[in-house]
Amino acid sequence: MKNIPISAMIGLSFTGLYFFVAIFAPWIAPYGMAEVVGDVWEPSSAKYLLGTDSIGRDLLSRMIYGGRTTIFIATMATILSFTTGATLGFIAAVSGGWVDQLLSRFVDLIMSIPSLIFALVVLSVMPVTVNVLILVMGLLDSTRVFRLARAVAVDIAVMDYVEAARLRGEKLLWIIFREILPNALSPLVAEMGLRFIFMVLFVSTLSFLGLGVQPPQADWGGIVKENKDGIVYGIPAALAPAFAIATLSISVNLVADWVLNRTTSLKGGRG
Amino acid sequence: MHPIVKLVAQRLALSTLLLLAASILIFVGTQILPGDVAQSILGQSATPENLANLRAELGLNEPAVSRYLSWLNDVLHGDLGTALTNGRDIGESIGYRLKNTLFLASCAAVISVPLAIFLGLLAVRYKDRWPDKMISAVTLTSISIPEFLIGYVLMYFIAVKLGWFSSVALVNDGMSFFEKLNAIALPVMVLTLVVLAHMMRMTRAAILNVMQSAYIETAELKGLSTFSVIARHAFPNAISPIVNVVMLNLAYLVVGVVVIEVVFVYPGMGQYLVDHVSKRDVPVVQACGIIFAAVYIGLNMVADIVSILANPRLRHPK
Amino acid sequence: MPKQLDFIASRVTEGKMTRREFMGRAAALGVSAAMASTMFADAARAAGPVRGGTIKIGCSGGESSNTLDPALVASEVPLNVLRHWGDTLVQVSPTGEIVPRLAESIESTPDAKTWRFKIRKGVEFHNGKTMTADDVLKTIQRHSDEKATSGALGIVKGIESMKVDGDVFSVTLSTPNADLPYLLGDYHLVIQPNGGVDDPAAGIGTGAYTVAINEPGVRHGFTKWANDWDSDRGYADSSEILVINDATARTAALQSGQVHMINRVDPKIAKLLGRAPNLDVRNVSGRGHYVFIMRIETAPFDNNDLRMALKLSINRQEMVDKILRGYGGVGNDIPINASYPLFDDSLAQREYDPALAAEYYKKSGHDGSPIILRTADGAFPGAVDAAALFQQSAQAAGIPLEIKREPNDGYWSEVWNKQPFCASYWGGRPVQDQMYSTAYLSTADWNDTQFKRPDFDALLLQAKAELDLGKRKALYSEMAGILHNEGGLICPMFNDFIDAVSNKVGGYDSDPNGELMNSFAGVKCWLT
Repeated sequence: MKNIPISAMIGLSFTGLYFFVAIFAPWIAPYGMAEVVGDVWEPSSAKYLLGTDSIGRDLLSRMIYGGRTTIFIATMATILSFTTGATLGFIAAVSGGWVDQLLSRFVDLIMSIPSLIFALVVLSVMPVTVNVLILVMGLLDSTRVFRLARAVAVDIAVMDYVEAARLRGEKLLWIIFREILPNALSPLVAEMGLRFIFMVLFVSTLSFLGLGVQPPQADWGGIVKENKDGIVYGIPAALAPAFAIATLSISVNLVADWVLNRTTSLKGGRG
Repeated sequence: MHPIVKLVAQRLALSTLLLLAASILIFVGTQILPGDVAQSILGQSATPENLANLRAELGLNEPAVSRYLSWLNDVLHGDLGTALTNGRDIGESIGYRLKNTLFLASCAAVISVPLAIFLGLLAVRYKDRWPDKMISAVTLTSISIPEFLIGYVLMYFIAVKLGWFSSVALVNDGMSFFEKLNAIALPVMVLTLVVLAHMMRMTRAAILNVMQSAYIETAELKGLSTFSVIARHAFPNAISPIVNVVMLNLAYLVVGVVVIEVVFVYPGMGQYLVDHVSKRDVPVVQACGIIFAAVYIGLNMVADIVSILANPRLRHPK
Repeated sequence: MPKQLDFIASRVTEGKMTRREFMGRAAALGVSAAMASTMFADAARAAGPVRGGTIKIGCSGGESSNTLDPALVASEVPLNVLRHWGDTLVQVSPTGEIVPRLAESIESTPDAKTWRFKIRKGVEFHNGKTMTADDVLKTIQRHSDEKATSGALGIVKGIESMKVDGDVFSVTLSTPNADLPYLLGDYHLVIQPNGGVDDPAAGIGTGAYTVAINEPGVRHGFTKWANDWDSDRGYADSSEILVINDATARTAALQSGQVHMINRVDPKIAKLLGRAPNLDVRNVSGRGHYVFIMRIETAPFDNNDLRMALKLSINRQEMVDKILRGYGGVGNDIPINASYPLFDDSLAQREYDPALAAEYYKKSGHDGSPIILRTADGAFPGAVDAAALFQQSAQAAGIPLEIKREPNDGYWSEVWNKQPFCASYWGGRPVQDQMYSTAYLSTADWNDTQFKRPDFDALLLQAKAELDLGKRKALYSEMAGILHNEGGLICPMFNDFIDAVSNKVGGYDSDPNGELMNSFAGVKCWLT
């Protein structure tokens, strides 16, 4: 633990703090999530630490509950998109040939359908639940991960050591997890940190379409949206959730950077 | 035939098939969506009689397959048809919108792509020192703030308070090139901030991934400066993931900027598509969908080919 | 004191004092705001209109799928465009009277069954043709054609026959209607050459401006029509409408001087915007109302005790305070407010009463399963927030509401008028008869609450033919009572129209019929 640099410590502690608050939201939040307690856009005070929102709910409580939804959905969707996208991408790269063509062109096809149409169609045929939401976000996003994973893996798959493994007669999955994955980790980890942030923002976009979380529940991007009109008149209610997203994203990426460092030094070299 | 030429030809042929498949998927999608164009034109004023009248008038009573086939036939003859909602020629309206979208996207790309790569190289050069950390913190902040919020803040402080650029990025054909540049200054700034971080961080990560390789050590031992080792030896070998992320962001600049279009009142493709999706104006949705699909498929193809060209082992397969 | 008032009024006339300064000084002299507003308008008008320049309007409610065909106009931007190039037979004034426009005079038989409109002479269309009674006939015919797709089809349904006799256009109705001129003042019924049959979207009319630029969803440009028949309008040389659907972008465009006026200022920021220099926020109470609709024929809303429980469990004042920020008034579960002629204010205001609501809820015997309320951001501004407030106030009465946010996309075709309980919006109508006939008559197409009461229908028909205003008012208040106690409408609030206008604009006068002076701002205002 001594080797953890300060930046990673900061990242870890903030990420940890957010996850902690998210998990124990009902015990931490001073008011109910939907409870109307005061006037509209009250400034921060001892009673309402961050002030109140566009219809007079306590902003801090809303953000604590909102963090819960946001972090849960974004984490699950990121995990889903990375396991699906990276596994398929590696398989495509290592197998090559028609498997590669089929998977790659299928991904091209899915990416080329405007996501608005995609989301609306899903919305009209499926019930809107958190699970559907995670599934849609994760699978749509896995196309992007697929392309990156495949691109990185193709470069690695032609290396001598992979060639050697193939000649040894190793199985496909062995090659993927023992040879490709460790060497492709850096770009993927960097991507994962950002994808997580895109997911956080994506939830609120979908909420706007009617596919996201249902009111009175909230997500951070959604709270920014609810309060955006005051922003140019100096009402800071939209800034608090934006600040939360920004600090979460920086700390998650600080952790990612640290992991990235560890993985690059793991590869031996001169580290 | 050179293998690369063969590959390109193969991919182009496949792309045409993909476009066809995409158009079918989009058409099916529009059919699944509840409601139709007649209902949305009349909106709250729909009565059973005038709904039936309008449906007959617009030819919506034809079976879906024959509507799709006649659309496809027209498109193959270079005719995108007319919008069902307002009877305007789609080719003409889309041409104007597409031109605007490409103009905005290319302005943003010309600034953001080189800047992102340069910042990425710089971050690797000063890895774990303050320039690296600064660049990381700033770009991460800009990417995690919702784009409309960045838009509002810039609009308020730059256009309203300082009065520098226009808050309404409305361009028209009567404007000179520089007037147009002036009009789109704010949206270009926002878009640059939005796409910068992703590309910069991938550049940094991909280069770091190859920095441990033996040839980098060789280059360093040759006595080259650190920056030129990174730019000349590490960067070309890391190009594959970088180019993929750059392409993703370019595609975003073309197809995904509807929020920016709304905030800055910019007449681009995104708003055009959204308006017509909500009106269920299938020919327009199809036309936009095909263009967007072509952008994705084309950019993905470019990314794949650049990756192959950059890697000697892929360039000359055994 | 009057002397001082005269002095500041003269400063206004000379153009040396802004509206805000005037209002401030007048308030200091003890003049009421409404009074001062009228005085300011008078003083400003005394300066006389200025000709020339280009008026620019930043307007929400436009899409790239819009058309110039008057029959299909359904949102703000196309309506403003329509007002620039076209005229109707008659018009409703800000005070609610009928003003003859392309009709010079109007008369009816004593039974209100046959109406004669004398058509104005010497009015020229933009294509050079002279307007005749025949054009009027063709226009109304086009909109009333059963095969037509006009949004005004429902309005002109009651016409039995029409004919032209020289320069007189006459209409015979199947049932008497004392309010017919109000119907013919509907904005769809713009008179077009040959009724617009040849090319409905040509944009050729008799308005003050001709269409110069038509880029739907982006901008619309107009130039002054040299042979305009009405000299009291069209002061600017040209006019331009920019489609700005984003609320913050709209206010920014006004503040940075790119447009002269904007519509639909968000109530939440209206007061804050009002502090900005060189502009005024102008609001006027109208007939538009935000509603929650229960469909009476669908369970559980077929139970009047449950309906009453829900009506009692909504906090109307809180909605007005928080959703409208005070820019509006409380509703009373009828679609009518004091802006309507013949409104009876003796109907008791329904208040928020959780205890009584709980009692009704218990009496209704509802099984306690959550009642689903559908809403969308586009149902009305703040609809999702309003639903959240409703859920909270209902919870206090022990009534479980569950909010379901629907996509804006397809809300009006898939949710409204289909789902049993949803948020909605009504724009209001010029007269009570039209409002009730549109949405509360058993046979009305838009009877979105499924309110089907033969006794109510009979009263409505009786009121239509009643020319004695006192008796008519009594009939209307009896109808209001039935709806108030047994209807499926929960009407928490009537919204104000809120515009913001630059100080460079002269001639702006609020009109309760609609925002931007009932969309006439472009043709009636001038630049100072």
